[in-house]
Amino acid sequence: MLNLERLSKTYADGTVALTGINVEVGAGEILALVGGSGCGKTTLLRLVAGLDTATEGRVAVAGETIVAPHPAVGIVFQEPRLLPWLSVADNVGFGLADLPRAERAERVDHALDRVGLAGYGKRWPRELSGGQQQRIAIARAFTARPKVLLLDEPFSALDAFTRASLHEHLLLLWEETKPTVVMVTHDVEEAVTLADRIIVMRPKPGRVYETITAHLDRPRDKLAAGFDKAKRRVLNALDRSLRPETPRPAGADVEANASF
Amino acid sequence: MSAVSSAPADTGPATSPSRDFGIGRRLLAVAGLVLPVALAVLWEWAAAEKLISVRLMPPPSKIWATMAELAASGELKTHVVATLYRVFVGFALGAIAGTLVGAAAGASEAVRRIIDPTLQSLRSVPSIAWVPLFILWLGIFETSKIALIAVGVFFPVYLGVAGAIENIDRKLLEVGRVFRLSRAALVRRVMLPAVLPEWIIALRSGLGLGFMFVVAAEFMGAAEGLGYLLVDGQQMGKPDQILGAIIAFAVLGKTCDAVLVLLTKPLLAWQDTARGTL
Ligand SMILES: Nc1ncnc2c1ncn2[C@@H]1O[C@H](COP(=O)(O)OP(=O)(O)OP(=O)(O)O)[C@@H](O)[C@H]1O
Ligand SMILES: [Mg+2]
Repeated sequence: MLNLERLSKTYADGTVALTGINVEVGAGEILALVGGSGCGKTTLLRLVAGLDTATEGRVAVAGETIVAPHPAVGIVFQEPRLLPWLSVADNVGFGLADLPRAERAERVDHALDRVGLAGYGKRWPRELSGGQQQRIAIARAFTARPKVLLLDEPFSALDAFTRASLHEHLLLLWEETKPTVVMVTHDVEEAVTLADRIIVMRPKPGRVYETITAHLDRPRDKLAAGFDKAKRRVLNALDRSLRPETPRPAGADVEANASF
Repeated sequence: MSAVSSAPADTGPATSPSRDFGIGRRLLAVAGLVLPVALAVLWEWAAAEKLISVRLMPPPSKIWATMAELAASGELKTHVVATLYRVFVGFALGAIAGTLVGAAAGASEAVRRIIDPTLQSLRSVPSIAWVPLFILWLGIFETSKIALIAVGVFFPVYLGVAGAIENIDRKLLEVGRVFRLSRAALVRRVMLPAVLPEWIIALRSGLGLGFMFVVAAEFMGAAEGLGYLLVDGQQMGKPDQILGAIIAFAVLGKTCDAVLVLLTKPLLAWQDTARGTL
């Protein structure tokens, strides 16, 4: 569904944010990106969203090369980025301007219901809490029915309890249309709760360090042994990725590919 | 945009506090009158006690009587209408020009670099300095007066609009890009609403300057207008008329500003600011 081929990005000031990223994400797959600060996670999402252009390589969605924002790709930023002058309902329906009024209202109401904010449509964004605003941002991205949905640390500003409930809302929405999801997170538990596959990245220059596939059933049981094992694997890889560069043990030059 | 009617659906508790504040707010509205009334009373008393020269500083009762006389004869209305007409036409022209030029400067770096330095230096020219030139060019009648007022209104509006466009949050523009808005839709759905609050503030300061410049304009030699009342009061030695005209300016200016705020309030209902009133 989503292909990143030899993707590299060097910013105008010479910062090498990404080099040689090769990733294939299947239809309906949920992929999590974790890694230390500055390893290019946001850069990667922006390239997929068509908000920036790659220096080398390409991004393809269903075979189509991304050169500008694409109708099949949606994004939820780290901040809610709601338009303060629109009501909550108008924010959720922002991408549906072409639809007839009735259909738009129906989709908006449905999405609001799915994120647990039915009846909040007439409020102003400023009247919502941070977590509620982020849910509106997620609803806004979902109502446009993207085939690929990008999430950039969407829950990082929230407390653990709110975050857990947002995970459920997110999965509920995901199950309806099963989009391909790429989400950036700093929270390993979040990654293992949501993702089918977790990519650990390494900075300077940003690249893939290790890929971990989670063979866990949905809905995930956080008390299951497999869950804990997966979490430890990711933590371990993350830990190693953050250490100063040392020659990797066996097979250092190939990207490690672990399954469990 | 559902501006006026978008009271939150279920804010039962949110509406009642405003009722509790009702009396307090009414008191606050009256609070603004305490100082002028107290000053007037003190002044009146000092005049009655002959502590001040009644000839040069006529008491409020005398000013009131003079203005009432002018009002009764219909003269006051003529002057107020003349001044308001000049301010409105000048304001409209200046605001339109300021908005258009400001939008061009805000939207294009090249345009801004070319026109902004010139406009910035013209801005510091005192209003009175334009008078002789405008009289030469446009004559001593309405055109030159309105042109002067329009110049006064233009600059704050230009600065406000250009600055507002430059300050539009890039993050919100990106939301527009992600949903693939056309250039026109981006302007209409993101940029215009984003600059609206600053635009309205710019219009308010433009209107304020319009009232400053109308005096300069009417000093050019006018047969009517509140500025004429000032000049006439000085030449005829009628301080009560001068003070009356000054008070009339204060009341008119404040009223026009309040009307502007009231008219634009529904547009800004979404704003999350402390500015509950003005
Ligand atoms: N617009 C830009 N111009 C120049 N350099 C940039 C720009 N944006 C990001 N960078 C640099 O590129 C690198 C990757 O940045 P990026 O924001 O993608 O990191 P990240 O993985 O999202 O980090 P974090 O976890 O802190 O959000 C960093 O070194 C950053 O300084
Ligand atoms: Mg980031």
